Formats: sequence, C-alpha cells, structure tokens
Amino acid sequence: MTGLLSALAPLDQPFLQHALLAGTAIAAASGLVGHFLVLRAQIFTADALSHVAFTGAMGALALGYDLHMGLFGCTVGIALLFGALGRKARPDDVVIGSVFSWILGLGAFFITLYTTSRSTTNGHAGISVLFGSIFGLSAGRASAAALVATAICLLMLLIARPLLFATLDEAVAAARGVPVRTLGFGFLAVTGVCAAEATQAVGSLLLLGLLAAPAGAAARLTDRPYRALALSALLAVLEMWAGLAASYAVPTMPPGFAIMAAATAVYAATFLVRRPAGRGRLRLRTAATGT
Amino acid sequence: MLLAETAAGPAWSWNLITDVQEMWSFPFMVNAFRAGTIVAVVSAAMGYFVVLRRQTFAAHTLSTVAFPGAAGAVLLGISAVYGYFTVCVAAAVVIAAVGWRGGGGGADEAALTGTVQAFLPACGFLFIALYKGLLGGPQSLLFGTFLGITTSQVTVLLGVGAAVLAALALIGRPLLFASVDPQVAAGRGVPVRALSVTFLVLLGAATAEASQITGTLLVFALMVIPAATAQTTTGRPGTGLALAVFLALAATWLGLTTAYYWPYPLGFFVTSYAFAGYLLVRSGRTLHTWLSRTRAPLLYKEATA
Repeated sequence: MTGLLSALAPLDQPFLQHALLAGTAIAAASGLVGHFLVLRAQIFTADALSHVAFTGAMGALALGYDLHMGLFGCTVGIALLFGALGRKARPDDVVIGSVFSWILGLGAFFITLYTTSRSTTNGHAGISVLFGSIFGLSAGRASAAALVATAICLLMLLIARPLLFATLDEAVAAARGVPVRTLGFGFLAVTGVCAAEATQAVGSLLLLGLLAAPAGAAARLTDRPYRALALSALLAVLEMWAGLAASYAVPTMPPGFAIMAAATAVYAATFLVRRPAGRGRLRLRTAATGT
Repeated sequence: MLLAETAAGPAWSWNLITDVQEMWSFPFMVNAFRAGTIVAVVSAAMGYFVVLRRQTFAAHTLSTVAFPGAAGAVLLGISAVYGYFTVCVAAAVVIAAVGWRGGGGGADEAALTGTVQAFLPACGFLFIALYKGLLGGPQSLLFGTFLGITTSQVTVLLGVGAAVLAALALIGRPLLFASVDPQVAAGRGVPVRALSVTFLVLLGAATAEASQITGTLLVFALMVIPAATAQTTTGRPGTGLALAVFLALAATWLGLTTAYYWPYPLGFFVTSYAFAGYLLVRSGRTLHTWLSRTRAPLLYKEATA
C-alpha cells in the first residue's frame, strides 16, 4: 500500500497532471483517428500533415500570430485540400516529395526568421514544435487540449459505423444512402485537428508514429473492426502513460522519445504474436453492414 | 528581419567578381563550396537513377535514418560525417535484405512505414537531448549548415563521392537497362537483383553526403528535384544526367551564396532554388503542350485559307 502511494506521489506535481490530462485525451483521439487512417490507407495524409504542421506553426510565430492558430489552420486546411484532390487523384511521389521538402525548408526559414527577428524568450519554439513539449503545457492549454481531444473522440465514435461502412465498401455504402463524400471530408477535417493536437504532445516529426503505431498494432491483433478500434485507443493511452512515466523517471529522456519508444515496442511485440487466421475480410464486412 | 539586416554582415555589391573574391577569402566558404560541389554532383547523378527507378521512397527512408545516425555519432564523440555514412549504408543494406518497397501496399505496410519513420527521428532527438551541448541544437542537422566544414571532411566527401561515381559509372549501362525494363533485362542475363542491392548501398552513401549540405529533412532538394526537372525536360539519359548535375550545382552554388549574405538556413535556399527550377520547367511544359494544342488548328486554317 505504501509502495503504491509512493509510486503515485509524483502525481501531485502540476506539470505531470497537465501532461496526463492532455496526453490521455490526445492519445485516445489519435488511436481512434489512426485506426481509420490505417484502414482507409491514408497514413500518407498524416505524413503530409506532419510536414505542414511544423511550417504552419513556425509561420504563425514568425509573422507574429499565435502558434496554435497557424498549427490548426494549416493542418485542417491541408487535410481538406487532400479531401478535395480525392483519394484516387494522387499525384506521383516525386511531385509530393518535392513540394513537401520545399514546405519543410520554408519552415526552417520561418524558425530562423522567428529566432533572429523577434527577440523573445521562446527560443526553443522550433524544437518544441518538432519534437513536442508535453511537460511544458500550462493548465489552460492542457484543459483546452483535453477538451478538443475529447470532442474528437466523441465525434469519431458517433461516425464510426457509417465511416466504417464507407471505408470498406464505398459503392455499396453510397447506394445504401450513406453520405460517403461528406463523411470523407469530415474525417479528414477531424484528422487535421487531431494532428494539430498530437503536435503539442509528441511534436510534428513524431505524430505519424502516434497515429500509425497503435492502430497498426491493433490491426495485427484482431480482425474485428470495433474491437480493433477500441484496442487502438486503449493501446495509445497505455503507451502515452508508459512514455510519460518513463520520461518522468529518467529526466534526461525526452517525453516525445519515451512515448514513441513505448508505441514502437508494442507494435514490434505484435509481430511475435501469430496473426489470426484468414476470413478477415468477411468478418469486417459483416460487422460493417450489420448483416 | 530587422536584426538580421542591421547585423554587421557582408553586403551584396552587384559586382560579381569582388563579391566572389570576398566570399572565397574565407577558408570556411571555400570548403563549403568544395563540399557543396562534390555533394551536388554525386547526389544529382544518383538521383537521376532514383527517379528513373521510382525509388524516391527509399531515399526518403534513408534520409530519416541519417538524423539519428549523425546525432548518435556526435553523442559518442565521433564526427557526424562517420555517423551519416555508417548508418545510411547499414540501413540501405537492411532495406535491400528485407526487400522492402515501402510506400503503397496494404494497411499493414503503411502502419509499419509510419512507425519506423517516426521512431527514428525520436531516437535522434534522444541522442541530442543526452548530448545537450550541440551547437545550434538539432536544427543544423535537420536543415543543413555550411559553417565549420573542415578540410578533412571535404577529403572524406571527395573520397566517398569519387567511389560512388566510379561504381555508378561501372554499373551505369546495365543499371539503366534494368531500371527501364527489368523483365527484359533479366531475360538478357543482366543480374537485376545484384544491381538493385548495389544501387541501394550507393544510394545510402549518396544520401549521407547530401544530408551534410541540405540537412537530413531536405535531402530531396539535391537528390530528387534536379533529377525530376531534368527528366521532365529530356528523355535522353546522357543529356538528362548532365542537366540534373548542372541544376544541382546551380541550386547549391546559388544557395551557398545567398546563405552567405542572408542569415537563414542553407537548406531552405537550396530547396527553394531547386523547387523554383522544377516549377518553371513544369509550367513551361504545360504551356508548351497547351500552345501546341491551340495553335495547331489555327495554322491549319491559315494554310487552307
């Protein structure tokens, strides 16, 4: 009992409370969104968002606006742009790679512009956007992040059924009266908000892992979509807690790395588990259509 | 911006010769130009085959490995140069051994790719956090720097670059054949698999070289963009290769000159110049096809009138 109490003693620290509050909500939201990203094979969108999030945040800082405004504006805007371009009309990887490497370069320009022109105390803004600063969240920022992330979770649970149907069989879903296009747009907008949230926790370079690793692990462990969805969110939250605890125990270890290490370890461990045998496609479909 | 302009830096005088003389009076700028030239030639030549073989994804993965490699080497007290080379070539061997094409594929592969690409920068960040004293933090590793390139570094770059180019020249012809039509090449007895492994190892070395100029996040700028621009312009391998090298050299030299006068990251300038060239060529091509489409009927009418 005393051992348990002493293990929980660090929870009195406000910065850890804020990190836990925001981290738990953000991890759950990333787990839910990531599951659909993996299922819809749109992980690439998350990769693009991670590049844009950095440049958006730094651009806003350099031009004197609030960091979060640039972050949310850019990620949601780009997510909707991808929605407008459509899933099929994907330009080839050379074009994409060129555009995004230039966007990242622009972000580097904004960092330097910000640190040289506006003599602020916030000299590490660039690093905290790239790699996250979950232990540095203020009380207000943490509760705002938790609120937004909870809203994302609720929204995802609300649209989970039709979105799953639309993901697995777009044509049949459209014929059954599911608003496939609206759902796709809505999901991408939610992904944009979620990416901006995750940037605060693990940083723009690492948010791809928070979206992909728990969802990938869940997809390897079970074929049933709802179970995988719940498992993905649960794994993400547990990995977030493990990461925060490890980072608190070993102060030299940055939280972004600790969370990513936990996520990667869990994902790697799923490769040791034998995959459930075949019939996956069939089960997915019956679960979605409810027949 | 204000601070940057009022700082007592060198001033651009529109007299090119004195400007270049002044810039090259500093040994570090001469070293930067030497290193930039070597890197531009090597990465443009490799990049031409990367774009031809549609292996930009492998180049991207290798460049994400470069960051933890360099950061780890700095942490261990070794020069970052060796970290880049060791880790990039090792990663290339792993990719070749696993036979990982990456990118598209199923949901499973996408999740794996995403996890690997996020975990590697996280490791790099850990190494930097452990090291603490790195000049300028991770930014110079991520976005490139031209300060503090030593003569011994240039020698290493030159040695590796020459080896890569020599190997590429040796396998160039069969590699071109195998890249354009792997099935026919295999039928004619070209060792397609061995060539692909060799190419990946060379790509690892070239990525390590490019990372040192543009930073690990912007390797695409020298590796892929000039090659893509060249291939939009011409279909001939020889001309295209020469054009890619020329474009990469131009982007690097212009980038270095601008970065000397303007205190912003080198990677940004190199990427911007390369990307501007790409945009120019793409729009020129679009305009050309559009013009030839609209003008053809007009000429026909004139001829009949």
